[in-house]
Amino acid sequence: MATDRSAARKVFDSFARAVADIPDGAVMMIDGFGGPGGMPSFLIAALRDQGARNLTVIGNTAGLPGFGAKAGQEFITTAVLYENRQVRKTIASFPVPRSPSVMTPFRKAWQAGEVELEVAPQGTLAERIRAGGAGIAAFYTPTSAGTDLAQGKETREFGGRLHVLEHALTADYAFIRAHRADTMGNLTYRGTSRNFNPAMATAARVTIAEVDEIVPAGEIDPEAVVTPGIYVRRIVQRPGAGQ
Amino acid sequence: MKQPMDRDVMAMRVAREFQDGDVVNLGIGIPTLASNYIPEGRRVTFHSESGVLGYGGVLDDGEGDIDLINAGGQFVAPLPGMSVFSSADAFAMIRGRHIAVAVLGAFQVSERGDLANWMLPGRGIGNVGGAMDLAAGARRIIVVMEHVTKDGQPRLVRRCTYPLTGLRCVDLVVTDLAVIAVTPQGMELRETAPGYSAADIQAMTEARLTVAKDVREVEL
Repeated sequence: MATDRSAARKVFDSFARAVADIPDGAVMMIDGFGGPGGMPSFLIAALRDQGARNLTVIGNTAGLPGFGAKAGQEFITTAVLYENRQVRKTIASFPVPRSPSVMTPFRKAWQAGEVELEVAPQGTLAERIRAGGAGIAAFYTPTSAGTDLAQGKETREFGGRLHVLEHALTADYAFIRAHRADTMGNLTYRGTSRNFNPAMATAARVTIAEVDEIVPAGEIDPEAVVTPGIYVRRIVQRPGAGQ
Repeated sequence: MKQPMDRDVMAMRVAREFQDGDVVNLGIGIPTLASNYIPEGRRVTFHSESGVLGYGGVLDDGEGDIDLINAGGQFVAPLPGMSVFSSADAFAMIRGRHIAVAVLGAFQVSERGDLANWMLPGRGIGNVGGAMDLAAGARRIIVVMEHVTKDGQPRLVRRCTYPLTGLRCVDLVVTDLAVIAVTPQGMELRETAPGYSAADIQAMTEARLTVAKDVREVEL
């Protein structure tokens, strides 16, 4: 049955196997608004252990300690990839902690000149990813017009207002953090942990989802599916959660 | 007696601007405090870039859920009628002019309403977050900030010297000393903190102020 073959292809039994083929130089989209909710921590840890280098990482932050977390709660972010010197370029909207005195692995790598940084307005970042997944090459937005972040970009007036041409982003791999997956790869999320996930899932050649629970096809109401399975190539269940 | 407004009074004054039915986006800090002071009888819906509309107050660690945060990473309470959505949708709401009011902090505001609030010059690295999207997309921008810097330098300036967030986007500025509207003719002093004259305010303001005919002490 097509369904069974598709399911067999999508469900992976380990995070290490799910990230094994990521090559040096890969462009990665890694979800997370900043906090532990929505952060594909097991996939990030597996990529650290796998060791691919010269990565480009597209994400909202570059690792903010304590953000959106309970006091003392430890969680793995893309910070571990900077610590392990695997990243060459970062595209983010909120790369560093608010306080300049808080040192992070990203800040250290950036200060040492080891990582190139492109700062993008958060909404522009989300839309560039969405456009990448939807086959739109570029779009005009009023966001950032007249600011330093528009420097070197094409501009055009629409309705008497200056707009900036922003180019779509795509990736080789996306790491997604969802709540439930069915064996077809359909995904649902929890609350604000949805954030960049649905857009990133569409914009990568290989999208890998880390989920609390994998259920048989048919158990997620089709009306409730947020990310349809067509976008999801691999699914891995987090340990200690779900069935 | 000169009496600057404290953070809560500034937040209270900001909240008076919210109209019944407004969808409001609050930045981190004093703007978030404004959610505590919604005027009686007005229904305001809060939006956050984190992907939630219609959330309630800030929760402490014990009650909070890591899957329900505002853009500052604080835990917030769910409310009946709340909805959640992706970042792309959260910013479509902003850019698409669906947000009535955004309240933001700032480093500087120029007399024509330019906003500088995302990066300190010379630091080399900045967090823009959703600030530029809000500056470009919210239908009304209220800035709440201290009137002068810690060194006494004016924050209301003729031209911003800090990196810009948006051009000609600020509508109203609430500081610890004054309430100032940005009009097509420039900045207009509308209200002062108790004990301050218009001349006192101008002396601490680099931008040129006109004084509203009905200028008065701030009303809460």
